[in-house]
Amino acid sequence: MSNPIASSDKNDQVVLRCQNVHRYLGEGEGRVHVLRGVSVELNRGQVYAIVGPSGCGKSTLLYLLGLLDQPDDGEIYLAGEAMTKRGDQARTAARNAHLGFVFQFHFLLKEFSALDNVIIPMRKQGTLSNSEMEEKAKGYLEDVGLGDKLGRLATQLSGGEQQRVAIARSLANTPSVILADEPTGNLDMKNSTIVIDLLTRLSRENDQAVLIVTHNHEIAQKCDHILTMQDGLFLS
Amino acid sequence: MSPNIRIALRFLTANKRAMAMSLAGIVFGVGFFIFGQAQTSGFEQFFVKTILGTDGAIRVQDRIRITFTTMELEDDDGSPWVIENTENFKHIEGIEQPLEVIEALKKFDSVTGISEVLTGSVVMGTNFRSYTGRLYGINIDDHIAVSDLENQIIFGDLYDFRSKPTGILIGSGLARLLQVTLGDTVVLTSLGLNSRYTVAGIFETGVSDIDRQRVYMKLTEARSVLQRPHGASFLQVNLVDPMRAKEEAFHMMNTIFYHVASWQERQKSWLDAFFVLRFSTALTVSTIILLAGLGMFNTLAMLVLEKTKEIAILRSMGYTRRDISSIFLWQGIFVLIAGTFLGWIVAILITYGVSKLPFRVTGIFSTDSFVVHWSIWHYLTATITATVIVMIASYIPARRAAQLEPGDVIRGTSQ
Repeated sequence: MSNPIASSDKNDQVVLRCQNVHRYLGEGEGRVHVLRGVSVELNRGQVYAIVGPSGCGKSTLLYLLGLLDQPDDGEIYLAGEAMTKRGDQARTAARNAHLGFVFQFHFLLKEFSALDNVIIPMRKQGTLSNSEMEEKAKGYLEDVGLGDKLGRLATQLSGGEQQRVAIARSLANTPSVILADEPTGNLDMKNSTIVIDLLTRLSRENDQAVLIVTHNHEIAQKCDHILTMQDGLFLS
Repeated sequence: MSPNIRIALRFLTANKRAMAMSLAGIVFGVGFFIFGQAQTSGFEQFFVKTILGTDGAIRVQDRIRITFTTMELEDDDGSPWVIENTENFKHIEGIEQPLEVIEALKKFDSVTGISEVLTGSVVMGTNFRSYTGRLYGINIDDHIAVSDLENQIIFGDLYDFRSKPTGILIGSGLARLLQVTLGDTVVLTSLGLNSRYTVAGIFETGVSDIDRQRVYMKLTEARSVLQRPHGASFLQVNLVDPMRAKEEAFHMMNTIFYHVASWQERQKSWLDAFFVLRFSTALTVSTIILLAGLGMFNTLAMLVLEKTKEIAILRSMGYTRRDISSIFLWQGIFVLIAGTFLGWIVAILITYGVSKLPFRVTGIFSTDSFVVHWSIWHYLTATITATVIVMIASYIPARRAAQLEPGDVIRGTSQ
């Protein structure tokens, strides 16, 4: 079974959908068929967890859904638009408008403060004034409990705090979908719980779809849907 | 401020030490480039000014006689045709009728003065020793109009020269060789005849070759010494704009049928030598900028390697490939702007300082200090050179940064 969630093309709750996606990685004899015709759809306000053993294709699928990689076959629809054949420019613009990312390593820009890190995606979008961007970023940082550390450089924050800044940054442009690849992989249990609770709460408040790739079954249990993957396919 | 510039500035200030090294290279490269040009072109300008002040913008000499050669032939059908060879010229040395040529030259609007000159070799002797000099017979007032002789007098004055029929003006180098000073007597020997003359003035042009050989005398006296009662060796002509001497010379030659040599033509070998010197100085000093460019390349290439994760996350947030490359290019541009500006200041300080150093230059030229030439073109050339080198050095790592695939970087980091 490759489509664990009932498909409904006309359902306007669906923000991200992929259909029969195949992806090969590697070259020559080392070439591996990582995704073998995966289909999935994500609805607004829902939190999804993809679980499965290492190498089953979880992260590969997340990068494809995040338009950071191109499938060898199949189609990906973001906000109703087919994205696979779109150029790099269009896919980059779509990422800025619709997608937020949280990775295992926070990837904060260490030369910038927590506030500036959250503002960076907004500056690229260029729809808000400086003061509006600052207000919005402050709001997100307060939401993740860092309202008193706005001016701290990334290097002056703990691992858990840095990951919370990364979550605030993923929310910056009010995306339709947040894609999180092992967001707690580098955190202790306490911080992991904080991060997952934050993601689930904010997604419901903002009516966003959240897709979390994780090895941690306790974290997966907190999500609305658990998608189990094995050998490049979802199990039913 | 655009987000790309903001990020570039932060990346730049986070790499202060490496960037400071590149910056220093550009500052000194640009500074020494400009100083090198100021110095070499300073001597070139000095030479040109001296040549114009001594030998004038244009020299009219040697009449041209066109010797047409024709050959009459018949075609197959018997119709006649003629081959004309119009490229045969004959040069007749000197100017036989100087007054006629002067009248013709006066019709050119660009001409500001004409001096009739008679030259020849003479042996100049004192009790101490003898040297061969080059005698120039001139009408002093005409010659002042086409030269800077009045200001080149370092001892004596033109009043003595005008008032004494046997007065001569002698070059400073020649005066040193003969060990004569004002009022001393010199015996001039030409064509077996000896005549005694008094040193009425000593001049210095600054060009050693001239100062070691030249002696001025009234034209009438020169005719007697050189035994040339008629004609002139050449006419020295001054122009409103000496820089247009080449074009004016061509125009005059086609009108009066005399060989007309511009100062650029007469001093071609020297001007070529100056050009080569200036070019080689620029090339040598450019290596400093080139090294700074390599430093810049190295710094930015390392930065791209260090920042692959940041580049990937920026790409995932919606920054385009062009944004990424512009972030790195802007860093190069900031270093370039700061380096060029500081380089200009260094150049101004060094050029000014060296021009004020009391340093006696002797040899081909004689000056009391280093001669420098201030020109905006030196600053522009240095800026263009630095811009080309730094932008190439920045473009390569910037392009590499833009080509990074965010998925590959993040996948690599997560494993």
